[in-house]
Amino acid sequence: MTSPVPTVQAKAPSQGAFAFLFAAKLDRWRLAAFAIALLIVVPLAVVLASFLSPEREIWRHLAEHVLPGLLANTFKMVFGVAAGVTLLGVSLAWLTAACDFPGRKFFSWALLLPLAVPAYVTAFVFVSWLDFTGPVQTWLRAAFGSSAWFPPIRSGGGVVLVMTLALYPYVYLLARNAFLTQGRSAMEAAQSMGCSRTEGFFRVALPMARPWIMGGLMLALMETLADFGTVAVFNYDTFTTAIYKTWFGLFSLSGASQLASVLVLLVFALILLEQLTRSRLRYTQSGRHSQSERIRLAGWRGGLASGFAATVLLTAFVLPVGQLVLWSARVFTQDFDERYLGFLWHSLSLGAIAAGLTVACALILAYAQRRHADSWTRIAVRIATLGYAVPGPVLAVGIFIPLAWLDNQLIHLSKTLLGHDPGLLLQGTLLVMLPAYLTRFLAVGYNPVESAMQRITRNLDEAARTFGVTGLQMLRRVHLPMLRGGLLSATALVFVDVMKEMPITLMTRPFGWDTLAVRIFEMTSEGEWERAALPAVALVLAGLLPIALLIRHTETRS
Amino acid sequence: MTTPQCPLPVHGATQLELKGISYAYNSQPVVRNLSLRLKQGDIGCLLGPSGCGKTTVLRAIAGFENIAAGSIELAGETVSRAGYTLPPEKRRVGMVFQDHALFPHLSVARNIAFGLKDWGKAEHEERVETLLKMVGMPNTGSKYPHELSGGQQQRVALARALAPCPSLLLLDEPFSSLDVDLRERIGQEVREILKTQGTTALLVTHDQFEAFAIADEIGVMNEGEIQQWDSAYNLYHRPANRFVADFVGEGALMPGVVLDERHVETELGAIAGEVPLECGAGCQVDVLLRPDDILHDDASTLQAEVANKAFRGADILYTLLLPSGRKVLSLVPSHHNHAIGEKIGIRLAVDHVVTFRR
Amino acid sequence: MKISGFSAMLGVAVLALSTQALADEVVVYSARNEQLIKPIFDAYTKETGVKIKFITDKEGALLQRLKAEGENTPADMLITVDAGNLWEAAREGSLKPVQSKVLASNVPAHLRDPGNQWFGLSVRARTIFFNNQKVKPAELSTYEDLGSPKWQGRLCLRSSKKVYNQSLVAMMIAEHGEAKTEQVVKSWVANLAADPFPDDTKMLEAIAAGQCDVGIANTYYFGRLMEKKPGLPLGIFWPNQKQYGVHVNVSGAGITKHAKHEKEAIKLLEWLSSEKAQNLFADINLEYPANPAVKSDPVVAAWGAFKQNPVNVAKAGELQAAAVMLMDRAGYK
Repeated sequence: MTSPVPTVQAKAPSQGAFAFLFAAKLDRWRLAAFAIALLIVVPLAVVLASFLSPEREIWRHLAEHVLPGLLANTFKMVFGVAAGVTLLGVSLAWLTAACDFPGRKFFSWALLLPLAVPAYVTAFVFVSWLDFTGPVQTWLRAAFGSSAWFPPIRSGGGVVLVMTLALYPYVYLLARNAFLTQGRSAMEAAQSMGCSRTEGFFRVALPMARPWIMGGLMLALMETLADFGTVAVFNYDTFTTAIYKTWFGLFSLSGASQLASVLVLLVFALILLEQLTRSRLRYTQSGRHSQSERIRLAGWRGGLASGFAATVLLTAFVLPVGQLVLWSARVFTQDFDERYLGFLWHSLSLGAIAAGLTVACALILAYAQRRHADSWTRIAVRIATLGYAVPGPVLAVGIFIPLAWLDNQLIHLSKTLLGHDPGLLLQGTLLVMLPAYLTRFLAVGYNPVESAMQRITRNLDEAARTFGVTGLQMLRRVHLPMLRGGLLSATALVFVDVMKEMPITLMTRPFGWDTLAVRIFEMTSEGEWERAALPAVALVLAGLLPIALLIRHTETRS
Repeated sequence: MTTPQCPLPVHGATQLELKGISYAYNSQPVVRNLSLRLKQGDIGCLLGPSGCGKTTVLRAIAGFENIAAGSIELAGETVSRAGYTLPPEKRRVGMVFQDHALFPHLSVARNIAFGLKDWGKAEHEERVETLLKMVGMPNTGSKYPHELSGGQQQRVALARALAPCPSLLLLDEPFSSLDVDLRERIGQEVREILKTQGTTALLVTHDQFEAFAIADEIGVMNEGEIQQWDSAYNLYHRPANRFVADFVGEGALMPGVVLDERHVETELGAIAGEVPLECGAGCQVDVLLRPDDILHDDASTLQAEVANKAFRGADILYTLLLPSGRKVLSLVPSHHNHAIGEKIGIRLAVDHVVTFRR
Repeated sequence: MKISGFSAMLGVAVLALSTQALADEVVVYSARNEQLIKPIFDAYTKETGVKIKFITDKEGALLQRLKAEGENTPADMLITVDAGNLWEAAREGSLKPVQSKVLASNVPAHLRDPGNQWFGLSVRARTIFFNNQKVKPAELSTYEDLGSPKWQGRLCLRSSKKVYNQSLVAMMIAEHGEAKTEQVVKSWVANLAADPFPDDTKMLEAIAAGQCDVGIANTYYFGRLMEKKPGLPLGIFWPNQKQYGVHVNVSGAGITKHAKHEKEAIKLLEWLSSEKAQNLFADINLEYPANPAVKSDPVVAAWGAFKQNPVNVAKAGELQAAAVMLMDRAGYK
């Protein structure tokens, strides 16, 4: 990519020419970042443009009868999930990154596994176990009579429980990365000033991991806010419920888009606020890369740690997936055929290509921001990562509309110029699917990359520059090797998320080109949840692949 | 103004004592049977090449490493021995880290106040202000570490370590990240601060000038052992062995034969001076010649060819080729500027002859 | 298909991917899921040699897709699982009227668009189910009666977000007007034994398990559940037989306004309403054939004959928004 720069003559490189060359080089990154942001802003703008057609009556109705309850529900859910994923994610990250207890090595990767299970599937399993008709309550009634009480699973508490179990890995993965790369001297400095390691955790390790924890938390919360599938299983009404009701029930996509815009603006404000509060802080790695000796948890404390990790793993992954396996065994002979190989291949290849592209763009954004920390670049980056906060189906339409327009223009052009109707060119090709996934998942790829980038001190860039290593070369020779962990995390997360994704895949896939997620949709759309277990299990198995890659990396490091 | 003060130290009491400590990493001995002692108010230094085990000793004193044998005592209390290590946070030992290890999420003031757990709020602020003034950085409390220069970070790290009145301060290559210029100046400043506070301190470095600038006593370490524990003057002028002679200061070894207790015969003639009685007359030795032992004298008949020269401002350090092909160093005032290849006259001026038996 | 996916992946042969119309094919956008339509399409291809390309998605997405693609849409036919979305597609101008004697005679008037833009292909009856150990059929009478005090704490309902319930309430509005319907819905909500359920199957299971005694569901969910667990103590009841009859909805289809294979698509649609296809279409999901001349599956027939609400199902679409707002006002989640 680096075009050969005309060699500057040693004698008299005029100051102006040199500065221009330099600036041109810098601008390439910024331009690329702006281009990516622009690509992503189009669907967002389509969603925002809904305000051009006011839906006063709908808004009045929603404000009076729907929104008050939904907002209360949404806040409950968001706070619950935020507390839950932080608690689980950070504590497990600390235990596996800084402590030693029986089974630590196993848990340190196994705790990522819940990522591979779509949250709505976990939700369905939990509801079928714990609702009135499920085995648990049935047994309780048999044992203690029909008045036996059990907390209702289809409630705010149930939603928070399932969402927490499904989404904690985001926080876990990023926080663990932070703890592993924190270096030992900060913690030792705290100890030398009279802090025990426990105190040191709260006063030093935890606040120093803040950007990472916040990054993971943001991902979890954006997914929570935009979720519809999971809450629908609980029939728990949240803000997205109003969006869907407006669209599908009241036939008003513009009303739904307006609601979705409110959601996006809210998330945007949240992100800016978080950025603002840490604008003066820097989190480069301090100290030798060596890690402190692990805190050995022996005896009952070790048992407690193992027990805790095992409980989380069991409830978030082993038991739900076990149930899915049982269900799919029942329908296996009826539903399984050679087409599954195709579904699997489609899911995996889509996931891999989309992950590659998304992480590459995330890298460009992170790098552009590193080089140009001005507010324009920063805002561009922030906008580029907003797609994750838009409910999937709304975003899918936002992507589809400009795309169909482009296709129609191409057809028009071809007809007038060539007198030939080529049919839709873009639709149903990867040329469409990939940007669509990029729009949705750039945030997922960006957060791990950006936080890894923060670890690299700027002195390094300057040192590299003195050797004449700049631009793409600096990225490749200096940053990439140091970013490996962050890049791998990002790739695995996007990979798995793309494979789980439903609305965009449904709307943009080529004819007859089905994935495992599409398969799940086919089954669940008529309520056949147990038949959906088969593609769900296949999806989980496929998701293990990227996670295994990630694991291999973290294992070599810890 | 009432300044919160640290409890007044008792002078002359032993503050730190290492008794024959050993440490091994992966069954590779890193520190062997090492002992040392610091009295209240002393500033000691462990000087040695990288990998000599000096940092391990420091970390063992701080409580970050477990020793395999021997004991470490702080103010008479045993804090480490085989099978027992008092946790670092209970030792009241302050530490300044090589990379400063300032907390990036805390302002300068809150970094300094980090260890002030049992202090009142008003005392907190006062202590921070006092320390900032002491390190010459008043009114910077609200800044964040990354907004400071390397030297400033160094001072904040020192202030932070001193804030909770440690009974002992450990400094791990504290100036290695500073440029040479700053290194010596800040070294001096640190010494002054430590002395006014009466703080006992142990420094670890591979840079002898850093050691000379700060420490009262220096232990030269190699392969996990202290080779010599002495003042800077003695290390330079009376090195205990070849390693110390080689590691501290510059110079050359020249073969010679002992004539009597005041003379050694070398190719530069008989060197007069006090010869330590390592062996009697006729004994084969190597004589240590420091650059300042060889003077430039145009009148001298002893001629040597300039093989190399290094300009050092007031002086030039010449590497001279003797007729025998052996090289010696000579420090000459820089107005005596000679070209490479030129022959110049030299003369010996040795009052204490350092010899090592061959 | 796989091959086109591959080349797309390489981003090489964009032109080769053009969805240019082939003569003997029909392109379908379907909200009815794959396993319910593919066997029927396969049968059609076998019989006529006409290939059918289809894509499944949610109704809302398919409607937006048609709209955005405009005159270049590849789709010839839209299939949905309710009348409301067909009505909406027609209202948005995405469908075109079809004058076909075959369709007119095969599909009863109340199951197709008055403007002939879409046609019901199977009937989905939404009726009352009860726990036959706790409730005698004689205690049941009408949908409206489920709001009477005797069902206090004994009623289960599915979420109001499902279009089937929205259609049911819309048809009640057509019958009673908004004020009375709102009262009925409010009285239902007051009788609920549990929060509304996410799907009909879960609700039926709750009735069988004794969490509640009566509820409203589509018959094919009942059929599917009883096939899997035949011993469940569930009974089916046809309400409002002395009045307007059982609420029915349709799974139906229309021809898109810009269909490239209009003739072939109309032929397919006519075939779907024919006797042979009707059995395939309805029986595969235990639904009722729309064509009155066609007999139901024996399992379905065993549930007994009933009187359908004769009001045109287009009303469900027309009044859907009103129904949704009404349910919101009544606090039906």
